[in-house]
Amino acid sequence: MNTEIFGVIAMFLVTITLAIPLGKYIGKVYNGNKTLWDPIFNPLDKLFFKAGGINPANNMTWQQNLVALLTINIVWFLLSMFVLMSQSWLPLNPDGNSSMTADLAFNTTISFITNTNLQHYSGESGLSYFGQITLMLWQFISAAAGMAICATVFKAMKPVLHSAKEKAAEVGNFYCLFVKSCTRILLPLCVVVAVLLLLNGTPMTFKGKDQFISVQGDTVNVSRGPAAAMIAIKQLGTNGGGFFGVNSAHPLENPNYFTNTIENVCIILIPIAMIFALGFMLKRKRFAWMILGIMTLGFLLLVIPSIYYEMHGNTAIAKMGVLQNLGSMEGKEVRFGPAASAYWGITSTVTSNGSVNAMHDSFTPLTGMFAMLGMMVNAFYGGVGVGFLNFYIFMIIAVFISGLMVGRTPEFLGKKIEAKEMKIAAIIALLHPFLILVGTAISSHLYAHNPQTYAGWLNNPSSHGYSEMLYEFTSSSANNGSGFAGLGNNTPFWNIACGIVMLLARYLPIIGPVAIAGILAKKKYIPESAGTLKTDNSTFAIMIFAVIFIIAALSFFPALALGPIAEYFGMK
Amino acid sequence: MKQHILPALRLTFVCAVVFAVAYTFLILAVAQAAPNKGNGQTVSVNNKVVGYALEGQSFTADKYFNGRPSAVGYNAAGSGGSNKGPSNPEYLQQVKNRLDMFLVHNPAIKKEQIPAELLTASGSGLDPDISYNAAMVQVIRIAATRKLREEKIGALVKEKVQQPLLHLFGTQKINVLQLNIALDEMK
Repeated sequence: MNTEIFGVIAMFLVTITLAIPLGKYIGKVYNGNKTLWDPIFNPLDKLFFKAGGINPANNMTWQQNLVALLTINIVWFLLSMFVLMSQSWLPLNPDGNSSMTADLAFNTTISFITNTNLQHYSGESGLSYFGQITLMLWQFISAAAGMAICATVFKAMKPVLHSAKEKAAEVGNFYCLFVKSCTRILLPLCVVVAVLLLLNGTPMTFKGKDQFISVQGDTVNVSRGPAAAMIAIKQLGTNGGGFFGVNSAHPLENPNYFTNTIENVCIILIPIAMIFALGFMLKRKRFAWMILGIMTLGFLLLVIPSIYYEMHGNTAIAKMGVLQNLGSMEGKEVRFGPAASAYWGITSTVTSNGSVNAMHDSFTPLTGMFAMLGMMVNAFYGGVGVGFLNFYIFMIIAVFISGLMVGRTPEFLGKKIEAKEMKIAAIIALLHPFLILVGTAISSHLYAHNPQTYAGWLNNPSSHGYSEMLYEFTSSSANNGSGFAGLGNNTPFWNIACGIVMLLARYLPIIGPVAIAGILAKKKYIPESAGTLKTDNSTFAIMIFAVIFIIAALSFFPALALGPIAEYFGMK
Repeated sequence: MKQHILPALRLTFVCAVVFAVAYTFLILAVAQAAPNKGNGQTVSVNNKVVGYALEGQSFTADKYFNGRPSAVGYNAAGSGGSNKGPSNPEYLQQVKNRLDMFLVHNPAIKKEQIPAELLTASGSGLDPDISYNAAMVQVIRIAATRKLREEKIGALVKEKVQQPLLHLFGTQKINVLQLNIALDEMK
């Protein structure tokens, strides 16, 4: 059989195999159980708590946790704006790159503190090494913030029989969970991955550009930098912001098929492990496998046709009569091939990672659509922490609809779902389509009425050009960060519009589920009875899948029909 | 909110020390044991650096194996893909022009022998590799330009083929820079 297909199957199996023990470990970390690594990490954590002035034993309410999250994010925002707008005179700038404009710094800052990593600049020329390392810091801590908040929801979901009031205080301490996510989960994994990348030739240096004369006699400048450290956290934290302009398509950022496998495994490793962590913490393994099953089904429905279409090639090029045995190769690298490129494209868009090893703009039309659908659903695995929160919203809606169908008060894990929770869930579920569709509508309106003024926006004509705008807003709202990179997006309109979308799409979907979980935790626990809706069987799984399908398909189908679907049929 | 400002500031400071400084220096220290101390591996001919091992460079002359088209002209300080959509008429015309150009330089080749990767731009603009087919289709031209036997060059291509990872996973490829250096060393 085809070695390219073997490659992607191996990547998926390795991911699941690693995610099971990792998930158990994450569960132990959040539970505060003993682990093998305590002798190393206990002192490190103590340093954090002492220097940070935090009492980790101090339980906070869900409101306090949210305020803590927002406050620390404001601190990061201000710091980041300062660094990006002053990097030209700050140290570690051997290539003499200039500071960012205010709108670009705004976009980049929000992009990195919201774990999106949408990049309207190119790493080689847009950032100093100081800027790169600052962004790397946000990659660590924005990922950890998402994981910590997710952990508070896990804790709130734990059933406690004795006293609901006591329970309300047991959602954990945001700072404590945040620090542990950083030190005990992200840091050790990053060190391992960075070392593996180093050994395969990824640079890690503070020297500036190098110059040489090529075999044919051209003078070539080569960008380098402290890349290995950043690439590790970029993949593990579902950040996705590359060191170099073309992200993991760059030979230094992703040197060979082995590194490609490592990086691709890292993209979905923690999102999947978080599901196992949930099963471990709630002691509901079946429930966790049910969630993983739904997510995997959705993932496979997106990834299999994508691989098929990329390996099948571009029909317009096939008509020219050339040999297209590898598949569609525009925007792809020979060392990865179309199968691994399509697999990466989908793993990176279903999780909110957004790194790329091939140019998504040049994918065949339907692969581009599947990538967008991955972001529109944004809950098949999803970003570290926040992916589960999105899925949580879909679960609440599914429970509610199921309850209505059988005529009982809907219950979820022993708690009644009532009007207040449903209102929050509905608003959050509708926010995502709202941001994407309104954003695309405004930009399309501007472009359609002033094609001369905005001629620089689109790199492709007709429906594909429209897809570029749709993709950009989808990626921003999904906090994904990949792009149809042909879009000329470093303009005040795109910088500010995408910045605002990323901001709303990050914090509201965190606040919503945390609030629901916090409210539910305070409610009285109702022991399971014969009439209780089972949440870990296939019937409920189908319900959730139907809810996801209806929300994504109904809200986005018209938009997709104008873009990738129109392009697909136009090429027939 | 007030009570959270101070912990937020202090925590951010510790994070910066540990994740931006200590982590970076740890990886930098490990890099000293990595190939070329983490500065990027170079390739030298006669003690002169002629390229970076991982990055492709421009080969356009008839006497060399040509690499894939690059949207940025193999600019190793500014990577980039074309980002052309699959249905873009201007792009398809460009592919056609590359095809015609290839046929002019390789009159012995029929178009159904030309692999599409030689006519389409790579993702990074720095793709160091081509496929086996893409190398073999250039053998006749190179043999004629260099006045060498085709079998000899074909054998060199076969020798330079890199098999998929563990012969099981991924693609087969040939590094263009290595291949052309070996070609220059051939008598």
